[in-house]
Amino acid sequence: MTQTSPDQNSPAQTSSAKGLNRVPLAVTPTTRKDYTSDQEVRWCPGCGDYAILAAFQGVLPELGIARENAVVISGIGCSSRLPYYMDTYGMHSIHGRAPAIATGVATARPDLAVFVITGDGDALSIGGNHLIHTMRRNVNLTILLFNNRIYGLTKGQYSPTSEVGKVTKSSPAGSVDAPFNPVSLALGAEATFVARTVDSNRKHLSEVLTAAAEHRGTSLVEIYQNCPIFNDDAFTVLKDRDSAADAIVPLVQGEPIVFGAENQWGIVRTATGGVEVKEVAEVGLENVLVHDAHDPDPTTAFALSRLTDAGVLQRSPIGIFRSVERPAYDDLIREQVETAVGSDPADDAMVNDLLAGSDTWVAAEA
Amino acid sequence: MSVQTLDRVVIRFAGDSGDGMQLTGDRFTADAAVFGNDISTLPNFPAEIRAPQGTLPGVSSFQLHFANYDIMTPGDSPDVLVAMNPAALKANISDVPRGGLVIADSNEFTKRNLAKVGYETNPLEDDSLDAYQVYALDLSGMAIAAVKEFGLTRKDATRSKNMFTLGLLCWMYDRETAGTEKFLTEKFADKPVIRDANLAAFRAGYAFGETTEAFANQFHVGKAPAAPGRYRQITGNRALAFGLLTGAYKAGLPMFFGAYPITPASDVLHELSKHKRFDVTTFQAEDEIAAIGAALGASFAGHLGVTSSSGPGVALKSETMGLAIMTELPLVICDIQRAGPSTGMPTKTEQSDLLQALYGRHGEAPLPVIAAQTPADCFDAALEAVRWAITYRTPVMLLSDGYIANGAEPWRLPDVSEIAPIDPEFATETNGTDAKDNATFLPYKRDPETLARPWAKPGTAGLEHRLGGLAKADGSGSISYDPENHDRMVRLRQAKVDRIVREVPDVVVDDPDGADVLVLGWGSTYGPITAAVRRVRAAGGRIAQTHVRHLNPPPANLGEVLQSYRRVIVPEMNLGQFAMVLRAKYLVDVESYSRVRGLPISLSELADDLLDIVQN
Repeated sequence: MTQTSPDQNSPAQTSSAKGLNRVPLAVTPTTRKDYTSDQEVRWCPGCGDYAILAAFQGVLPELGIARENAVVISGIGCSSRLPYYMDTYGMHSIHGRAPAIATGVATARPDLAVFVITGDGDALSIGGNHLIHTMRRNVNLTILLFNNRIYGLTKGQYSPTSEVGKVTKSSPAGSVDAPFNPVSLALGAEATFVARTVDSNRKHLSEVLTAAAEHRGTSLVEIYQNCPIFNDDAFTVLKDRDSAADAIVPLVQGEPIVFGAENQWGIVRTATGGVEVKEVAEVGLENVLVHDAHDPDPTTAFALSRLTDAGVLQRSPIGIFRSVERPAYDDLIREQVETAVGSDPADDAMVNDLLAGSDTWVAAEA
Repeated sequence: MSVQTLDRVVIRFAGDSGDGMQLTGDRFTADAAVFGNDISTLPNFPAEIRAPQGTLPGVSSFQLHFANYDIMTPGDSPDVLVAMNPAALKANISDVPRGGLVIADSNEFTKRNLAKVGYETNPLEDDSLDAYQVYALDLSGMAIAAVKEFGLTRKDATRSKNMFTLGLLCWMYDRETAGTEKFLTEKFADKPVIRDANLAAFRAGYAFGETTEAFANQFHVGKAPAAPGRYRQITGNRALAFGLLTGAYKAGLPMFFGAYPITPASDVLHELSKHKRFDVTTFQAEDEIAAIGAALGASFAGHLGVTSSSGPGVALKSETMGLAIMTELPLVICDIQRAGPSTGMPTKTEQSDLLQALYGRHGEAPLPVIAAQTPADCFDAALEAVRWAITYRTPVMLLSDGYIANGAEPWRLPDVSEIAPIDPEFATETNGTDAKDNATFLPYKRDPETLARPWAKPGTAGLEHRLGGLAKADGSGSISYDPENHDRMVRLRQAKVDRIVREVPDVVVDDPDGADVLVLGWGSTYGPITAAVRRVRAAGGRIAQTHVRHLNPPPANLGEVLQSYRRVIVPEMNLGQFAMVLRAKYLVDVESYSRVRGLPISLSELADDLLDIVQN
């Protein structure tokens, strides 16, 4: 066979991050500009997607990988336009199917850094099945879930993260659908990396995306993203200067979970194993829960995820809920194939033997 | 004791679905094939894994036709029926012609078992089977006695009755026993007691035939003439898996096979999952959609993506086929058809997905369609599907069906070194300039000859590009809503598929007598039609025959062939789907001959009907 694949030709130097450890490094460092395609960005003015695109384009050069080894796969929806704006390999695929398509890419090619761009409708409604099974398998992908809690592209119907009672074009009397909490869902689906961040917090967004890309296995990052046209008030409490401090609960590895303008609030464990908010002054800082995303038991991470009221979003932890190690599906399946192939690829004689099997007979010339 | 020579024999092994009839039939087939008979098989089993024991729905059968000449079908009616219980007798006896041989396990004809299927008296003892030669033998009892020394439970001991029966049939038909002995030794290598018990039962069955005076004759069916070469016995699903694997190998590409289990396609997944040595990755997906989605993703990444399913699963995949057509990536979709619609009869055969394969997608979404004709032909059909998919950067639909998927026949082994290589011709360099006159990669700049677009693997510096479902600008592949561009791209995708006709050989008509009636088929009806045509000719009828393998694009001479006959008869296991396509495409008044019973078209019924047609 004469064909060689780039994975065999790739430079010896690969990333040291676990999630990218077979991805070649850029020979000359890349910049945000290298990742910007020639396509005009077409989201509505004020859309949170602009900030996420900018952060993403900033994070990729920092990862140090070769640009040609980055692949961005999206489904359908406003967010899923993003691959067109990235000068990488990419595919704007089918509504809900991006995790399935990306699973094929990631399994075929360990030398690629594969990102999935999706939204609340794409990932949690039409593509819910692919999302949970991708996380269960722990395919080495980084999933950016843009959650604006509304269907934007189809002009404003309620989504699986919209609050009960939401009045939209398709729910004039108020939606009666109970919403998903995406972080709780991901934890329940055995995801090994689950985080939440906010479009308007560039620094936090970039840090979380970097950690997600460097994690080996499926990383699910829920990004609260504002839709100024159809759901402009969805995150007001979390973004308004006066209310944000009491609403956002930053999760910092190894630190007590405290929040509020004066860090006057703390998270403590309840007698029944859940968590609740108490005044630090009342319970003492030593009794405030110390955040540990590496805890193999997801129980605490799940309890933290329940602090978010899936209805009106009065309060929400942001940061990395869970980051644990578990073998990635694509590594395991590739290992089976690589072990079977060994150092010498199949040749004609081996294929002939396979086709023949063990029971053959010969018909001679008549 | 004398040995009587026969040209051909059809045996049907029938029993409860737990009785091991498929294995018994498989083994007898393997021995017949290795001996040099021509063979054709028809497994027929219930969709339920273990239907209630002893009931009609629980009957599983395996029919084998073996002969000293080139045969085309597993036969309509068995010369020999092996019935392991009253249900098996009741379900099958009407297919046995008068005078046929019936071997029944008398041990199982108990009051209770008879009552389960509505026999008021024991048919082995009353006169209801007088038209047949009936051998009521205590097969279970003799098998249990043969394995007594191994101390098995009664249940396990009883299970050896299929090997006892196989031994008896091997004696009756003058077969070698070494093949089955080797098979049992290997299959139960880890379970020496079970291995020895099965061998003992098998040998006891053979010895019983030899020593009993119950049978007047042994029968011998000689070798069939065959083109020189090395042969093996193969089922359609295995041949299909081998064709895919060989295609990927000849292209130098790793294969990514995504599938979700579904009858009767699952054996393709099972087979390929064993062959990681040949750089085959199998992905058992969460659903049909993920199976094709991941396969398409792998193709985007530069591997050969393949998926397989049956009708209902293919329906789920159709949206992704649209994306594969839009992104113009290689992909092979195998549809192992079964009786539909909906769950239908999952273990029974049909050709009713033809229109789904040709047209069952949203938008103008043409793709090539190839139909395999026989079990062994599944290899060539799959290899060709891979070749087209890679060469033309297109999804290709490969049609098989339950009949040839599970059926077996001898296969003359190809020499892989003589198969032409397939060149994926990955793009490695830029191929155009952008608006600012910079060198750039145009993912939709086509090869002028094939109209195929370049295939650039991620990881290739300088060729970064985005694909997607949105309408593409000709050349650059950028999003385009330009009406003229859309019209042009729709026509280009159609033209690319139409152009594959240059790979399609003309149909060849077999017409030795200058007939004015043509019988035309596609897919698995090849066997029954060919056998029926032989009968018509043997009876003095003049009839021409042709078979279409390339359903899209069809052979260039097809219209001309259709127009040159007074009548064209198209037998299909559907309500006339190909007949409709031919009428629409060629404006020829073809006549549909339609049977939708979940079984292959009966060759004797077809022969009678064709004879009527040619004589009038």
